[in-house]
Amino acid sequence: MSVLVDEHTRLAVAGITGREGSFHTLNNKRYGTNVVGGVTPGKGGQDVEGIPVFNSWAEAAESVQPNTAMIFVPPRFAADSILEAAAAGIELVIAITEGIPAHDELRVYNTLKRDFSGTRLIGPNCPGILSPGKANVGIIPASFFKEGNVGVVSRSGTLTYQIGNEIAQAGFGCSSIVGIGGDPVPGSSFVDVIELFEADEQTELIVLSGEIGGSAEEEAAEYIAEHVKKPVVAYIAGFTAPAGKQMGHAGAIVSGSAGTAAAKAQALEAKGVRVGRTPTEVAEIAVTQLR
Amino acid sequence: MDLLEYQGKQLFARHGLRVSNGKAVTTVEDAVATADEVGYPVVVKAQVLIGGRGKAGGVKLAADEAEARKHATNILGMDIHGHTVRTLWIEHASDIATEYYASVLLDRSAKAPLIMFSVEGGVDIEEVAENTPEKLIRHHVDSLQGLSRAEAVKIATDGKADADVIEGVADALVALYEVWLEEDATLAEINPLIVTPEREVKALDSKVSLDDNALYRHPENQELADKENEDPIERRAKEQGVQYVKLDGDIGILGNGAGLVMSTLDVVAQAGGKPANFLDAGGGSDAAKIKQAVELILANDAVKAVLFNIFGGITRCDEVAKGLIAAFDEIKPSVPFVVRLDGTNDVAGRELLQEAALGNVHAARTMNEAAEKVVALAKEQS
Repeated sequence: MSVLVDEHTRLAVAGITGREGSFHTLNNKRYGTNVVGGVTPGKGGQDVEGIPVFNSWAEAAESVQPNTAMIFVPPRFAADSILEAAAAGIELVIAITEGIPAHDELRVYNTLKRDFSGTRLIGPNCPGILSPGKANVGIIPASFFKEGNVGVVSRSGTLTYQIGNEIAQAGFGCSSIVGIGGDPVPGSSFVDVIELFEADEQTELIVLSGEIGGSAEEEAAEYIAEHVKKPVVAYIAGFTAPAGKQMGHAGAIVSGSAGTAAAKAQALEAKGVRVGRTPTEVAEIAVTQLR
Repeated sequence: MDLLEYQGKQLFARHGLRVSNGKAVTTVEDAVATADEVGYPVVVKAQVLIGGRGKAGGVKLAADEAEARKHATNILGMDIHGHTVRTLWIEHASDIATEYYASVLLDRSAKAPLIMFSVEGGVDIEEVAENTPEKLIRHHVDSLQGLSRAEAVKIATDGKADADVIEGVADALVALYEVWLEEDATLAEINPLIVTPEREVKALDSKVSLDDNALYRHPENQELADKENEDPIERRAKEQGVQYVKLDGDIGILGNGAGLVMSTLDVVAQAGGKPANFLDAGGGSDAAKIKQAVELILANDAVKAVLFNIFGGITRCDEVAKGLIAAFDEIKPSVPFVVRLDGTNDVAGRELLQEAALGNVHAARTMNEAAEKVVALAKEQS
């Protein structure tokens, strides 16, 4: 087992004909992900190295029955592409696109909730999902991860690679690595993904990698205390970030006293979650608990 | 992007909110001319993106031309918590019967716009929330429906606005929501929202943050950035499309990915160092971009040592190495560098660096080791 993507994934990609879109789609395909199609308006009938391209999500859904959508289109078209994929009945939408306006994200989140509750959105502004040995959807460099029993959920891409790599070097692997993204209104939260890991047989330990801004880590702490039996190890980035300054991710900004790294670490520790102070320490704690 | 008070008020006016007649000026002469024009008494207000202007002496009432001249002369050029006053807002002073508070912001947790209203305006709203939470009305709006007038009336009524201005407050809330929605704001705040003796409801101040990601929809708002008070290196970085934030330490930091860079700052601080900046070179950086980034880091004179912390995903370590070598060729930095390369093409990257045998570049295998090394080197320099 693993979560969200695996050998049953049938992936179609919006923006497959773009430079980044085609590069990463083909990378995912080489990894063994079943890529069944792509969507680019006006380019229906073409193909990208044998992968058929359709004009719309509805056409793609009818012709090749994808169950997973990856969104690689520019920010101004991304919200509509996500909603179109949902309207075509696709259950899982993974949005890699960075720079989508916050109001668009709000519209997407609330429209999915109201009209397309059967669709789960991961991202936007995320590296995607990797289930080692099964499927890779997104831009996570798969070679650093092997199959195993650690579930990783993170707001940041490269930080995930850092932690995952240290776990791998200690001889452990991952069930799935899920990047939920660094934007203010992500489609899925830590809580949503932790719920999946808790139910997943392969996952024995959960690593949560958070950062400053918002209250998703605090909400995760509450949820873990009530609903999670598996051990959870956490990391929070941004202890030294000054208030009012945005640190790269649109979601990573401390406003007032809320959203600081210290407050998040404290909230998690108060609920019994061990928090590592460096990525290395997170991996060490995880490894001790697994042995 | 945060707006200056007068820019926010101009947006307010565009959406039908009442504001006082006034003008933004940059010279004493224009300040006096505007004061004459709008009529005394006037308020002379420093335009800076920082709170506490009043306490710092940046907001003054002037009864006549002589006072207007005196205040404008004093306030222009004044330093308010590190921000130099280059612009003044001059407006006709309002008579105030009551001060309220109103705001609309994106509530990330509820995934909805949040309207807040209080009759306790003109004070720090966090204190109202803390001490008398019953006096702060919070109302989540269904973002797919928008704010109805009936809802706005209910907020004003629940908040115990004076009976004769319920309609006026509701109008202001509807207009403020429109500002938030149509300008792609993440925050639109009025404190105080005043009621005049004539029972007019007016915005006396503004605090507006716009979403940078949505600026392409608002070409007219793109010019509103406070460029003069922007740090020059941060401004250059923005033009180059690099995420750079200046900090007050002496260790330059470069990494790829916002999370990893934030983490690098923390690890350096834990090792006893003080980061001089946040710099996210981003995914897929090529040699040219890395060279530009090195130039940005070294443009800060406080930098005594530099740490490169790269975990290559899309970014290839050999490209990073090439960029660093090119930067050394051209800039010949006088400060030491510590370089940690891991991930995609890391072996090739490390080999390139070894062959180039750059003086003053130290390799590190892990993030913690790199942090300790760079902190030690920075200390040697001072």
